[in-house]
Amino acid sequence: MDGFVPLNHYLLLSATLFVIGVLGVLLRRNVIVVFMSIEIMLNAVNISLIAFDHYLNNSDGQVFSFMVMCVAAAEVSVGLAIIISMFRNKPTVNLDEFNILKW
Amino acid sequence: MLNLACLVPIFPLIGSIINGFFGLRIGKNAVGMVACGSVALSFLTVLLMFASLLFTPAEERMFEQVLFTWMAAGDFSVDFGFQIDPLSMVMMLVVTGVGFLIHVYSIGYMHEEYSYYRYFAYLNLFMFSMLLLVMGNNFLVMFIGWEGVGVCSYFLIGYYFEKKSACDAGVKAFVVNRVGDFAFLLAIMYIFNIFGTIDFSDVMHMAPEKLIFGAEPVTIITLLLFIGATGKSAQIPLYTWLPDAMEGPTPVSALIHAATMVTAGVYMVVRCSVLFEMAPLIMLTVAFIGGATALMAATIGMTQYDIKRVLAYSTVSQIGYMFLACGVGAYTAAIFHLVTHAFFKACLFLGSGSVIHGIHGEQDMRKMGGLKEHQPITYITFLISTFAIAGIFPLSGFFSKDEILYHALMDGNIILWGMGATGALLTAFYMFRLVFMTFWGESRVDPHVHPHESPKVMTLPLMILAGLATVGGLLGIPLVHGWHALHNWLEPVLHFDLAATLEHSRHMLHAQGEHPASWAHLLIETEHNVWVEIALMLLSLGIAITGIVGAYFCYVKNPDLPGKFIKGQWGYELVKNKYGVDELYDATIVKPTVVGSFFLWKTADQKGIDGGVNAVANVIGWFSVQARVFQSGFVRNYALFMVMGFLVLLILMF
Repeated sequence: MDGFVPLNHYLLLSATLFVIGVLGVLLRRNVIVVFMSIEIMLNAVNISLIAFDHYLNNSDGQVFSFMVMCVAAAEVSVGLAIIISMFRNKPTVNLDEFNILKW
Repeated sequence: MLNLACLVPIFPLIGSIINGFFGLRIGKNAVGMVACGSVALSFLTVLLMFASLLFTPAEERMFEQVLFTWMAAGDFSVDFGFQIDPLSMVMMLVVTGVGFLIHVYSIGYMHEEYSYYRYFAYLNLFMFSMLLLVMGNNFLVMFIGWEGVGVCSYFLIGYYFEKKSACDAGVKAFVVNRVGDFAFLLAIMYIFNIFGTIDFSDVMHMAPEKLIFGAEPVTIITLLLFIGATGKSAQIPLYTWLPDAMEGPTPVSALIHAATMVTAGVYMVVRCSVLFEMAPLIMLTVAFIGGATALMAATIGMTQYDIKRVLAYSTVSQIGYMFLACGVGAYTAAIFHLVTHAFFKACLFLGSGSVIHGIHGEQDMRKMGGLKEHQPITYITFLISTFAIAGIFPLSGFFSKDEILYHALMDGNIILWGMGATGALLTAFYMFRLVFMTFWGESRVDPHVHPHESPKVMTLPLMILAGLATVGGLLGIPLVHGWHALHNWLEPVLHFDLAATLEHSRHMLHAQGEHPASWAHLLIETEHNVWVEIALMLLSLGIAITGIVGAYFCYVKNPDLPGKFIKGQWGYELVKNKYGVDELYDATIVKPTVVGSFFLWKTADQKGIDGGVNAVANVIGWFSVQARVFQSGFVRNYALFMVMGFLVLLILMF
């Protein structure tokens, strides 16, 4: 198996997924999609963690990726709650309708 | 018994607090009771202290009570304490005694006022400050009292604050006083600079050792002290506020602007007599300013028609006599005249208040006349006090004024005596002019007004004060050596060893390698010459009678004569307009100050300082407006900035 899929491929996949996530956050208007894009970014990082873990032959990366998953789960619960309360204020999930994050 | 000292000022302070905060709630009767009661309590306390001071041996009549250390910073330490000695005792007796009578009188006089309580709160506060002034054991406690009486005077002059003229008069009194107060403060600083302390007893003890007779430091100190005194005591050049101060209620004029506050300057000079004795130049200045004020105010007094203004100029003139006495070193005579003046002038002012009260607020003497039938008690007490101020034997003014004139001739010179004697002539003249115009002759009172005698609560103080004005002279029986009670009483305080001081100054000058001029002539004692004194007494009695006869001739016999005489005389117009001093001050000091202040306000402050500050704020605001676009409120925008920042970091790192 070793050397069958080189590390660079994993990292390339991870970077591609991450950029897709970033673009999703920056470009999409639907708040749910933005939210999903954030999840993609987190999982892109997880891929690179697991790949490093495998090639460096220790299990730190797996521990980290579990950590990231836990944080992601917590973040989802908080984030969805925020989205619901936003929706209650304005019956829309379009991010351009929300510009109150300023003084 | 002397430990009671701290209670004396506290009673009026408590009275003032009660009346000031709860006066409207407790009702008029209670306000009057509290005000008079608190002053009566202090008067009784002072009497007790006086008795105990009387029974201590003369050399030990000096008691200091330090309540607490007021402030201490490095070398500078001031105690809050009282000094009870014969001099402050005399002042305490006068202040609380006359003050009590005037408080009682005020109950009647102010009865119809709505803000009765406000009046009494201020009056009690004044008593508190005045007692601090005379009782303080150092310059700074005296200074608090000094400022306190100034501010109470301001409050009370402006008591009828609906009247523009009363407000203006209050402000004028306050501002003119500030000039003097500033000089006084400078003097205190200079004294601390030289002595390292501002305690009266320490300073007076150390003065002959630390200062050189007639040298610059002591001259400057005494000059500054004297400027302070001219402000408070309404002497040339700072006297202009006192006649205007007559806008206040009449009892206030009696208490503050005749009997007590305006004599504070005299008290201060006597208190610092050691310093003044060491500055012969300033002594001469004091004497001449006093004499000139006595003369000038008397001339103005002859031309005024407002009954209170005549008395105000008379006060200025009489205080001039006191300074004349101080200037020739006759401190006892100054205090003696202060005491007798407090009696007869308080009586005169209260009498004029009774007249004004009786004819419903009219103050112009041209609209009075013939009041002696309607106000017999007021008339008789007023007449007694007028005889006293004119200097008729054996009333109090005769003794005190005569003593001043005697000392002016013997210890001063003939010019000073001439000023005093002319002033005495004019005093007799204008005071009897006042009596004749007010009480004698045809009634010129508005026919709708029915003059009436004042109530008992007002006439009783008048009678007591007239009695005091009659017998007050017995405090200082002249001629017989040792009978001058006031002189014996004040002797320990005023003791000053000129010979030793001169000797010490000579040594100090020698140490500096200088040779002083001969001071031998200063040590020649003038013998008390009984015959000169008798001759002067007869002369001044003659002067007083001349003045009275002159007034009788001009205002009773030929009432048309003065009108013809003064018609078109430019000299009369000049005097009637108070020598134009007010206009002069207005043009030279007030106007430039106002114009300058206007410039500082509109140009320097509003345009310069405010403009500068606003410009800084505007520039920063402009930048903020530019930076504002970054905070759009869209969360995706913020995310974009994060990404861009991250990219910049990446680029910088690789």
